[in-house]
Amino acid sequence: MKRSGAAFWIGAAAFLAVAFVMTKVIGNQYPFFAGYVILQFIALAVAWSILGGYAGYVNFGTSAFYGVGVYASVFLVKAFGAPLPVQILTAAAIGALMGFALGLLTLRMQGIFFSIATIALTIIIETVVTNWRYVGGAAGIQIQRPPVTAPFDNYVQLLFFIQAVLVVLAVAISRYIQNSWIGRGLQALKDDELAAECSGVPTLRLKLLACVISGALLCAVGAPGAMYLQYADPSSAFNLNYSVSTLAMSLIGGTAHWIGPVIGAIVLSTTQQLLTVTISSEVNVLVLGVMLVLFVVGAPEGIIGLARRIFHRSNEGRE
Amino acid sequence: MTMAPEAPAPLLRIVSLTKRFGGFTAVDNVSVDIRPGERFGLIGPNGSGKTTLINCISGAFRTEPGTVLFRDEDITSLQPHMRTRRGIARSFQIPRPFRSMTVAENLMVALDFAAHEHVSVAQRRDTMMGILTQMGLASKANAAATQLSQVELRKMELARAMATHPKLLISDEAMAGLSSSEVDEVLDLLMSLASHDITIIMIEHIMQAVMRFSDRVMCLDAGKIIAMGTPSEVMANQRVQEAYLGT
Repeated sequence: MKRSGAAFWIGAAAFLAVAFVMTKVIGNQYPFFAGYVILQFIALAVAWSILGGYAGYVNFGTSAFYGVGVYASVFLVKAFGAPLPVQILTAAAIGALMGFALGLLTLRMQGIFFSIATIALTIIIETVVTNWRYVGGAAGIQIQRPPVTAPFDNYVQLLFFIQAVLVVLAVAISRYIQNSWIGRGLQALKDDELAAECSGVPTLRLKLLACVISGALLCAVGAPGAMYLQYADPSSAFNLNYSVSTLAMSLIGGTAHWIGPVIGAIVLSTTQQLLTVTISSEVNVLVLGVMLVLFVVGAPEGIIGLARRIFHRSNEGRE
Repeated sequence: MTMAPEAPAPLLRIVSLTKRFGGFTAVDNVSVDIRPGERFGLIGPNGSGKTTLINCISGAFRTEPGTVLFRDEDITSLQPHMRTRRGIARSFQIPRPFRSMTVAENLMVALDFAAHEHVSVAQRRDTMMGILTQMGLASKANAAATQLSQVELRKMELARAMATHPKLLISDEAMAGLSSSEVDEVLDLLMSLASHDITIIMIEHIMQAVMRFSDRVMCLDAGKIIAMGTPSEVMANQRVQEAYLGT
């Protein structure tokens, strides 16, 4: 346990170091522009799977949290000219509150009813923001980036690195939960809620906790989005695509282990980026759909489950 | 103290408990005291309200009128996990294992969440292995819960309940569908678990098992208590025979 912990933190530090070195040696801006999106989806998928994977409560409201993150930044920049770290922290706090409220209202519902409630949440919040003139309403709003600070020479590079930090944060939290009593409790209630209660698991409290943590991370990941595009409008910030992609990435990667959503997000968002460049952005959605169907039928436990099965089989062959 | 030695303070006291589902009354004004250390048999035909009564005791259902007192504390409005932590554990009529876990992990959930005091992981593992050994499941510790046979599943349910460190263990038809040798096996287990510190309520259809096990038997029919007493008294009761055999 201890050794794998050290390996994890060395890996995380190496990952951040590589991300940082990239900003120093690569002159072309495109890798950062595309890389930001990939990192963003890794963080979203990892954050989503804390509730959707560990607890088994399928949240279709990723876009609601993401959009609130974007608009929290928009508001803070317009009202106070707040710096990026303040935007992200505030978005996280709002996301936590939102997760708490959503959880309190909906976590007594199970299965599909919870999912429907989260879609409703997205629509309600999008409608509110669309009618909020101060942040641009339906027409959207232009955001001015502040001058970039050292050690970065370009704002997209800065955002790229910030998003890499958020990925490490999300993964570290997810990994901690998985290995702790929280993870065991969530897994128990995912398997059987009544049996979990009768074994002493405070199911409602654990679900709320998962909802709060997941919500805070989803919102925080959305926060730099305003600066990334230098523009925000409700229909793209609350685009249902975020919900569907995040869910697909987590499920295709596999939700039984924290690494699953990471792998799923890397595979899918990289494919999407390549397809956007080579064919068209519309093909993305098609590929996403086809892959989701293939995995649901062929490997319902995702890439992680598939790998475990193959590993198991080759082990048995050896004995 | 004027209390007679044969009537110590009850461990569980149910007072005028009623549970309705819409217009259907599943449990109708039931009052009963369970004494500490007692082996209590609960019988009755299908649909007589046995499992509903258990669900009200363990907290899965809220009772409308009626009070449940456990060790003199009113637990009527407590959530199930709070009741588990106070010492009420149960098994389920249809086994409900945590399917994605191994047998050992199933028990660890109960040890992690229902343990009364802080104990180290190593100690919890020892406790877990102790319970599994007692249940004859030690060799299955690392088996997936989904790979267990029916009788092993029943034993694991009892083991998981024991891992919560209960004062009251409710066994809900732990022997249903088992072969006669397996019934004896589970019955012996329950007998060995019962002690002055662990009171057991056993719901069962298999009469020989109830007769052998119980100090006292209560028979429900249509949600009402129709007989209570020693096993032979209850078996001899006219209404019990009518309820089981029809008139």
